[in-house]
Amino acid sequence: MASAEQPKPGLPTGKLNKAGLMSFLSAQGILVFFLLGMIVFSFFSEQFLSQSNIMTVVRQASIIGIIAVGVTVVIIGGNLDLSVGSMLSFSTVLVVDLHDKIGPTNAILLMFALTLMIGAVNGFLIGFLRLNSLIVTLAMLSAIQGLVLIYSGGQNVDIANQEGTWFAFFGRGYLGGIAVPILIFGLLAILVQIVMSRTGYGRRIFAVGGNPMAAVYSGIRKNWCVFSTYLISAFCVACAALVLGSRVMGSQNNVGQGYELLVLAGIILGGTSLLGGAGSIWKTVIGVLILGFIQNGLLLMGYPYYTQWIVTWVIIILAVWLDLANKRKRLLTTHS
Amino acid sequence: MTSLKGFFRGKTSIQPIWIFVIAIFIFFSFMSEYFLSLGNITNILVQTSTIGLIALGMTLVMINGNIDLSVGATLGLAASLAVGLQEISMTLAILAALGSGMLLGAINGLIVWKTGVNAFIVTLGAMLGVRGLIFLYTGEESFYSMNFAFSDFGASTIGPIPVLAIIFLLCTLVMHLVLTRTGHGRNTFAVGGNPEASIDAGIRLGRHMMINFIIVGFFAALAGVLLASQMGAATPNLGRDYELWTITAVVLGGTKLTGGFGSITGTLGGVLAIGILRNGMNLMQVPAFYVLVILGAILISVLIIDKKLNAPSTKEVRI
Amino acid sequence: MNPSQENHSQDSHSQDSHSQDSHSQDSHSQDNLAHGGAQKRQPIDAQPVLQLKGITKRFPGVVALNNVDFDVRPGEVHALLGENGAGKSTLMKVLAGKHQANEGKIILGGEEMAFENPKHAKRAGVVLIHQEQSLVSEMTVAENIFLGSLPKKPGNRVDWRKLREDTEKILATLKCGFQHDDLVGSLSIAKKQMVEIGRALVFTPRVVVFDEPTASLTDHEKPVLYDVIDSLCQQGVGIVYISHRMDEIFHLSHRISVLRDGEYTGTVNTADTNEDEVTRMMIGRSLELDHASKPGEFGETMLEVRNLSVKRVFEDVSFNVRKGEIVGMYGLVGAGRSEVAETIFGLRTPSAGEVVLDGEVVQFRSAHDAVVSGVALVPEDRKDQGLILGMNCRDNMTLASLSGVSSMGFMKSGEERAVYDKYHQAMKIKTPSWRQKVGNLSGGNQQKIVIGKWLNTHPKLLILDEPTRGIDVGSKSEIHTLVKDLAKSGYAVLVISSEMPEVLGLSNRIIAMYDGRVTAEFDGDSVSEDELVQAITGMAGSSPPKAQAG
Repeated sequence: MASAEQPKPGLPTGKLNKAGLMSFLSAQGILVFFLLGMIVFSFFSEQFLSQSNIMTVVRQASIIGIIAVGVTVVIIGGNLDLSVGSMLSFSTVLVVDLHDKIGPTNAILLMFALTLMIGAVNGFLIGFLRLNSLIVTLAMLSAIQGLVLIYSGGQNVDIANQEGTWFAFFGRGYLGGIAVPILIFGLLAILVQIVMSRTGYGRRIFAVGGNPMAAVYSGIRKNWCVFSTYLISAFCVACAALVLGSRVMGSQNNVGQGYELLVLAGIILGGTSLLGGAGSIWKTVIGVLILGFIQNGLLLMGYPYYTQWIVTWVIIILAVWLDLANKRKRLLTTHS
Repeated sequence: MTSLKGFFRGKTSIQPIWIFVIAIFIFFSFMSEYFLSLGNITNILVQTSTIGLIALGMTLVMINGNIDLSVGATLGLAASLAVGLQEISMTLAILAALGSGMLLGAINGLIVWKTGVNAFIVTLGAMLGVRGLIFLYTGEESFYSMNFAFSDFGASTIGPIPVLAIIFLLCTLVMHLVLTRTGHGRNTFAVGGNPEASIDAGIRLGRHMMINFIIVGFFAALAGVLLASQMGAATPNLGRDYELWTITAVVLGGTKLTGGFGSITGTLGGVLAIGILRNGMNLMQVPAFYVLVILGAILISVLIIDKKLNAPSTKEVRI
Repeated sequence: MNPSQENHSQDSHSQDSHSQDSHSQDSHSQDNLAHGGAQKRQPIDAQPVLQLKGITKRFPGVVALNNVDFDVRPGEVHALLGENGAGKSTLMKVLAGKHQANEGKIILGGEEMAFENPKHAKRAGVVLIHQEQSLVSEMTVAENIFLGSLPKKPGNRVDWRKLREDTEKILATLKCGFQHDDLVGSLSIAKKQMVEIGRALVFTPRVVVFDEPTASLTDHEKPVLYDVIDSLCQQGVGIVYISHRMDEIFHLSHRISVLRDGEYTGTVNTADTNEDEVTRMMIGRSLELDHASKPGEFGETMLEVRNLSVKRVFEDVSFNVRKGEIVGMYGLVGAGRSEVAETIFGLRTPSAGEVVLDGEVVQFRSAHDAVVSGVALVPEDRKDQGLILGMNCRDNMTLASLSGVSSMGFMKSGEERAVYDKYHQAMKIKTPSWRQKVGNLSGGNQQKIVIGKWLNTHPKLLILDEPTRGIDVGSKSEIHTLVKDLAKSGYAVLVISSEMPEVLGLSNRIIAMYDGRVTAEFDGDSVSEDELVQAITGMAGSSPPKAQAG
């Protein structure tokens, strides 16, 4: 018994440097891509790295970014939210339409309340009734889009007096030289990142996404946690609607269509796993910015906007393949 | 409740979706005189054939434990190719369209197989990328078919029955046989139901996944060609949101997202349920938006009922 | 003293009628046994059909098997024993092609083989009946039996008629009460196991490995399994039989081999040995129970369970645990022990009875309520229920006491580290850093993290469900010492275990459970092993066995 081989915990000790570099490369593959892409674009367009262009890109990316922050929380908690696109249509149409009817303050408050209510419905169905999040939010995607159309009677809405309302501040305003959408995106990202990484709440969400059963066995109220992630997601959508409605000062009734997929593409590009229990807001911010820069860079190089979709596809495939090297290694080490 | 359970779950019982289909069928035949006419019923079949064809392939992919979000884009690309290449040769155009679908399916399948990454991610990327390819190819223009043989085909009938409906029903029959009678079909269930056991039994997981992705790609492309022939044209946005309709139909039909369970007959029921709802509400002059809401509500209700029926409350730990 | 054997003789007695009518040639030894004799099977003299030589298997950080030899003769049952984590399952996975050995040879029928995958091994005639079920529940019995090798007609069409006929032939030899077209998902666990065995018969097997086949079988289902094994033996198939249950092993086997910590410790003829010797081979010493170090001073009653029931799971369970006391709950897997613990912990809703904690009747609606009220449960399944494998050590450690290491919802990282360091040192957890993901730790260290997690909630009642399952001998004794120390410092401790030495070595009192009921309560120092075994196999109490076991 004395000479029995003890299982040795930990990682292999030798070749740490080389292995470290390799794992850094594969873990940060997205970042490497990002930098390479920036360099290439800056060769082809002088404008690309100019301050004003960067600001433009970030501002354009901010709506997807704001939503992506919320969806990242849902994904870390182990679920998905496909209904954010329809919710964005809903909230934008609502706030724009109500602006002239009940005034901007009331419109904003009512819009936030109703958006959160939709989030609560999602959260109730997925958190407390424990239904499959993919199908529930798919169903909600369709149902909410229907609600928007019923509400608007299929008409587009807009704000009559576009110059004379402080509502313009959220989408068009500047504060200290920085566009307000960027500020909202940045503040939200920092806030949620702090919540996820520094608070007990964030820790619980990671636990629930990582292993729901073990989270419950640790006394974590899993159902509430899942429920709350959908409130966060809805809150972020409401913020995005504020920015979008204010920037456009009007809304088509399907304005958010397809956003759920762009948001997911950004999150995946950032490297947050869809399996839950891992990921970070930073990654998502980077992923969304990559999407934005691809779009912008390709436009500046004279390619039509839809080429970014093709490039995004290719990048997702490459990212997935890079991730594979990582996973092979992980599979080996957790084999029991 | 127990008898209801037995009724829903028993070996030879009627699938619940068919009860629903029959119920709304009866409902609408009372609500609208026109509903029961032969013209309207064949119309429903034609209207559902597009989603229906894709849903056939999607059923296999989902039983296999995967999902394909790129079917709408695949449909759009095939439609554009089928119309756009007609100037060169009709045969070439249709072969290229069907081939593109199978190729895209093969690419999706290959990536899912080789990387083991969630098909959701892989096909989401393809959904964006393929739509980009369509725009690139068409230059955001709609294509119109100058070949009347092509556009007539979409409206042609054999006897009183439209050709599109016949194609759809034939494909349904074939896929039903493939799924229930062939080695590939049975292994598709095995792989989705218990991947590890399947590997142990020597079933080649990747091959079956590939084949199923190619099948769904083929059906999406076929649906695209037929839709283009119906319209005599192809628009670059054709097929947008079709993936959602398709998945809704398949899930309504009882196929489980987790894999290992489902049927073509159920999917046919799901497709018809959506088709009848749309058609019937249209006849009752309910705005199309309401269909979206009702569809969402039905989908969620199906999930809740399924959960309630399958939850043995006392034996399970509360989590 | 040979309790299991005694036990066995009674066991067989209850199944007497069955053994007599279903056994033909080979059954005389069992019949003798059944009538009180202690005659064991004599070794079979034949060239081995299968030999494993010098098998070594390494996983990152662990040598799972070190130079292991093993062989099976045709027509014999060769039992393979070893504690949890000794490498039995790994050895069998190597044999069946699930793992590939780093060193060593597999010789089947005189030919050296290299199995690349399970199907390859199966084709060659080596079949593993899994511990975990590996069936597709939505498919029929026939399809499961022929999974991966369905009979085909041209055009990849399944030949249903041949499938049915072949399946019926196999089912006829198994004599089991289900049809070829039953859905596997609708079968009982025992019948599912029969389906797995049926799978082994598809290719004419030469060696069949049973990995803990009776773990989930009820007593009246076991004889069917024994019959199948006998009939395989008569056809000259070599059987490898892995089990923890001494009675079964001495009943069935011709020879016994033992693994300890991944090393081969020897092979003995069943007829020439006894349980003490085998036990010594397994754990490297004979059982010396350290009664002296048990806690001895008890305070007031901390937990009182009164007539607790959960429908169809367990019934009318009553016991209590005092401060400073270790109460052992002993029983076989499926006796309802874990379910009792989960009910106390708020994870199940009791259908009757009540739980009194620290003088107050409590009705927990969730595990959260239980944790807040001071109940801690170290669950049975470390990986699924105990840990978030992708999280690091520190975060797992503080998971149940997050509000204790945070203020206004914000984590205080200094305090978190302090908590980690405290238990890291106190329990000698071996990790390079707190940042290490717990998935990369050995079982023993993982378990210490789970225990640390619960100690940090400062519970009134600590429930440990199989605290040392699947962990190495060193950590095992450390955890035992730790549990005793905890009780001495005033914790009320309930330990659930299916290992007799553990229960005897730890407990002040022992509650025996069988088939969802408490059958007896014993004093931990004076109870005999015989009494315990009888209590957990349903022979001590007068309660009739129920039809459905948990």
